[in-house]
Amino acid sequence: MTQLLLFNLFNGLIIGAFYALMALGLSLILNLSGVINFAHGGFLAIGGYLAYMLIPHLGFWGALAVAPVLTAGLGLIVERVLIRPLYGRDPLYSLLLTFGLAFILEDGTRYIWGAGTLPFAVPGWLSSPLSNTFFFLTGYRMFMVALVVVAVTGLFLILNRTRLGMRIRAGTMDLETVSVLGVNTGILRNLNFGLGIYLAGLAGVLAAGMLGLQPTIGSTLIMPSFVAIIIGGLGSLPGTLLGGLLIGVASGITTVFFPSASEAVIYVIMGLVLLVRPRGLLGEEGRF
Amino acid sequence: MRALNQRAADIAVWLLLLGMPYWLDSVGGYTSLGSRILVLALAATSLNFLLGFTGVLSFGHAAYFGLGVYGVGLTIKYLVPSTLAGMAVGVVAGTIAAAIIGALIVRLRGIYFAMVTIAFGQVFYFIAYRWNSVTGGDDGLSGWQRQPIDLGFTTVDILGNDKAFYYLVLVSFAVAVAIMAALLRSPFGRTLLAIRENERRARFLGIPVDSHIWLSWVISCLFVSLAGTLYALLNNFADPHDLRWDQSGDFVIMAVLGGMRTFWGPLIGAAIFVVLQDYISSETANWMSFIGLFFVLVVLFFPRGVLGLIQRRSAP
Repeated sequence: MTQLLLFNLFNGLIIGAFYALMALGLSLILNLSGVINFAHGGFLAIGGYLAYMLIPHLGFWGALAVAPVLTAGLGLIVERVLIRPLYGRDPLYSLLLTFGLAFILEDGTRYIWGAGTLPFAVPGWLSSPLSNTFFFLTGYRMFMVALVVVAVTGLFLILNRTRLGMRIRAGTMDLETVSVLGVNTGILRNLNFGLGIYLAGLAGVLAAGMLGLQPTIGSTLIMPSFVAIIIGGLGSLPGTLLGGLLIGVASGITTVFFPSASEAVIYVIMGLVLLVRPRGLLGEEGRF
Repeated sequence: MRALNQRAADIAVWLLLLGMPYWLDSVGGYTSLGSRILVLALAATSLNFLLGFTGVLSFGHAAYFGLGVYGVGLTIKYLVPSTLAGMAVGVVAGTIAAAIIGALIVRLRGIYFAMVTIAFGQVFYFIAYRWNSVTGGDDGLSGWQRQPIDLGFTTVDILGNDKAFYYLVLVSFAVAVAIMAALLRSPFGRTLLAIRENERRARFLGIPVDSHIWLSWVISCLFVSLAGTLYALLNNFADPHDLRWDQSGDFVIMAVLGGMRTFWGPLIGAAIFVVLQDYISSETANWMSFIGLFFVLVVLFFPRGVLGLIQRRSAP
């Protein structure tokens, strides 16, 4: 029983780390540009499939380094061409556009790579269990957790220590003033979008190694990411991180006791949070 | 002159709808396609009550639509073989769920509101998807069908006669649409418009904004769940995908496509969307890409919708 609980707890933590990685990217875009990026899951899938294509040429590590960058590049183009014309219009339109884009990306990956699950090879030494008692602690899982920690730390360093990060944070508070101070907000939003998509691509490579590659991989991960943002509080990146981990662990624990409710439980938590604290756990008062 | 035009347009719409089963065949359609258009038009019109006339963006209406779908399916399959009882259960279930969830989210605004409605919609999807023994899970709920309606003096065979079913849908549509139109003409409806135009000013005037939005949300969800019950009866089947988020997106695009600031817009949007979907999915397996592309094109080049465009042209 303890082992089962530990297993699912750890599993939940990993899933939570995924949700957090994805939700952080979504949150970045949402906070600065007010765009709910429905296509985020599609970009995640693209990241995974690009890595799949690159592995024979660059190996796992090369693919891990390059695929998210390529995905981010695609994100930069999409923002520039499709999303930029919608800034300043009702948020309804960007929502509908990214919604359509999600369809195109999912169907496009299915068209190119097929609907079946593709095997995704990770280095052999990463996939063996580290201990016999705790069989679930494979090297790959530990590696994933470590990489998510590195990525999140990197993100917060960028936001807090670089000029770009400072401008993103300032723009989140008041984009107009930032623009008046001479910052090109078009480029700022573009780079910020790319940064968010980079995180999606990275999550895609990691998810492919754990869950296998399917066109629907993105759409199964996107809803919990929304919930993570809502629970954490809109406008707060640490909140998003907390929300992601929280729902991952909660659904892991629920799997032990009541498996068929493991998806529904995160929405129950969301309902409770909204009831007690409508702005989310770490959200600012009066922002939305 | 304008009012006269409006009256003429209304009469034309009703005449077209009344005769639909008879002229649809001659343009290459079939009666159940007409019923499908009308059912989804009802859903989109109900959504638009909230979206276009209260200015509140919900991206989770499929949940209440789906509660209608499962309400009618489960009632006929397990409780009583009666179409009307099933519809009543479906509508009540959808409305109660909307009232409860609405109370939780009514203080949120804008994209935050949209996001929370999306997320809440998924709860019902997972319940339908996971509760195999009752709902049939991923396979959907089958093994039931709509029942003839006994009116006392006569029995209407909506099962065997497609046209009879179409007129059941049309009557429901007419009643729902008439109620919504009357509400929009009433002081309550004018207040909703005021909230849409300037919420802060409405609040200064002493209007209880939150409770107005809540009521508008509940009304909108009530009629969307009515549409859900009709949709289940049309298919004789309840599909878990009817309550998924992509269905919500379809409703929104129908309203936008037709023109969300106009009353008949969602009807036109639904007609275009259904016909297009029917055609594309029979031509290619990659219909998802085409629908997605369609979303993108509508947003970029056609944001006012068909009627919005016509209105703008004709305005002096």
